[in-house]
Amino acid sequence: MTNNNVIVASENGSAKRVGHSTLPNAGVEELDNRLSFPADLQQQLKLPDNRSVKLSVKNLVIGYLDNQTGHTMVAVDKVNLDVREGEFVTIVGLSGCGKSTFLNSIAGLVKHQYGEIRVNDRIVNGPGSDRAMVFQKASLLPWRKVGRNITYGLELGGMKPAEAKEKASYYVNLIRLNGFENHYPYQLSGGMQQRVNLARALACDPEVLLLDEPFAALDAITRELMQNELLELCEKVGKTVLMVTHQIDEAVLLSDRVIIFAARPAYVLADITIPISRPRKSCIKDSEEFRGLMSQIWSIIEGNANIGGGI
Amino acid sequence: MRKVTVFQKSNKANKEKILNLLLGSSVITLFLVSWELLFQFKLVNPLFISAPSRVVLAEIAIIKDGSLLANLSVSAKEFLLGYGAAIIIGFPFGIMLGWFKLIRGSFGPFIAALQATPRIALMPLFIIWFGLGITSKIVVVLMSAIFPLIVNLRVAMTTIDSDLIHVARAYGASRWQIFRSIAFPTSLPFLMTGLRLAAGRGLLGVIVAEVFGGAEGIGYMIQYAGSTFQTDKVFAGVLVVAVTGITLDFTLDRLGRYFDRWRGEVAVH
Repeated sequence: MTNNNVIVASENGSAKRVGHSTLPNAGVEELDNRLSFPADLQQQLKLPDNRSVKLSVKNLVIGYLDNQTGHTMVAVDKVNLDVREGEFVTIVGLSGCGKSTFLNSIAGLVKHQYGEIRVNDRIVNGPGSDRAMVFQKASLLPWRKVGRNITYGLELGGMKPAEAKEKASYYVNLIRLNGFENHYPYQLSGGMQQRVNLARALACDPEVLLLDEPFAALDAITRELMQNELLELCEKVGKTVLMVTHQIDEAVLLSDRVIIFAARPAYVLADITIPISRPRKSCIKDSEEFRGLMSQIWSIIEGNANIGGGI
Repeated sequence: MRKVTVFQKSNKANKEKILNLLLGSSVITLFLVSWELLFQFKLVNPLFISAPSRVVLAEIAIIKDGSLLANLSVSAKEFLLGYGAAIIIGFPFGIMLGWFKLIRGSFGPFIAALQATPRIALMPLFIIWFGLGITSKIVVVLMSAIFPLIVNLRVAMTTIDSDLIHVARAYGASRWQIFRSIAFPTSLPFLMTGLRLAAGRGLLGVIVAEVFGGAEGIGYMIQYAGSTFQTDKVFAGVLVVAVTGITLDFTLDRLGRYFDRWRGEVAVH
């Protein structure tokens, strides 16, 4: 049943539905009837089609110069990806597969050689206020108090500090940072610093929120707590999110879709819809469905690692 | 539990502080007393060593006749003008040297060579060029104080956290915004360290320059007293310089801590 919503890239580059291929004569409607999904799940599977595309990546190619060999290497190879409004999409893959490079290029920090990136159907080339990035390291400005760190992005956009504070206050409350505005970053725990990092991005009210392994630098307990908090937060604010992570459970818990990147160069290996209904609770991690999705994702990554010559 | 530990720790630190104060001041007292005794019992020719009591009397004398104030104001003027010029030139130049690769490449070696030159050895040239008045002293102070500033600010620019630059760029910061919001705040603690070092060098510069050749200032007063065997007046002058130096250093240290407050515990020391 879980196979039904998996799209795996075939050899000729076009994607095909694995689930469907086993039932070649069945129409989609017929299939739906046969599998008898719960009504809300059906609703959710159909929903993405009605929502507008916020982020659209077409044939993206990113190359870089290998300093040791002097050759140009391809880090990201013809990636296509659409993220719809309010969708939470996560990219997983082996470390060094190019997923962070991909995210950085969407943020405008890395130039791409070919293809295009559109936000709200407008081509973007370089950083802009329509996207905001949450970095793996909190990277807060140590001489600014928490309040001024949260408004940093807004201030760079030309907003006066007082006005920026007003605009950011909603997110300060949402991420439960009120009362900490006058602390310096060194006075906060790692988890708190990461929340400031998140608040800084949200304060800019971006069209697309980019998360680059946001909890990778945290300890296991804090990470779990932060995952729950982000889950709650995203369901509250309904932002369009593109995240990169190494944690498969994190990806399944938070996402509407999980994209698996092949390793070196990166291309889309599989696009898996996570049919777990929202609002979600972290206890779904214990469910059969959750574990099924995790092992499915894991087997695809593992298969790719073996083909690609290992890690 | 934790609070108790902290309390005990600070108590212990306090005790150590008091002990250090006692030990430190007793060594100074011992030194002054033995000096006075050497003089009183004429164990060494009094002309050579004077005595603490004589130094105090000389100090009072130069305050009373106004010569201290007159000389001090000349030295202060020379110092402040030279030091100010060093900040005005050294601060932006040091930052540019660290920030722009092209400027670093072209001026770096020249600065390094100039820094290695003993500036006080150029004093005869400064006197030829600028005369025996205050200008030559200002130039010496400037030349002494500028290098700690340039070197510190140049280093500051190389310690900028590249992650912060990434953040700024991701939020669409222009190069000027990156400079203002990241490079400049990074440079401030380094500026304070530079100012402290520069003050010490500048003070040394002004005194040596006045000793070397001049007609007024504390350095000249010391030099004149020495050549006329007024040992007590030499010590009185040196004492003034020392007290000025300590005061200046203390003030700049406090100011530096203020600019370092965001660094937390690490800053206190």
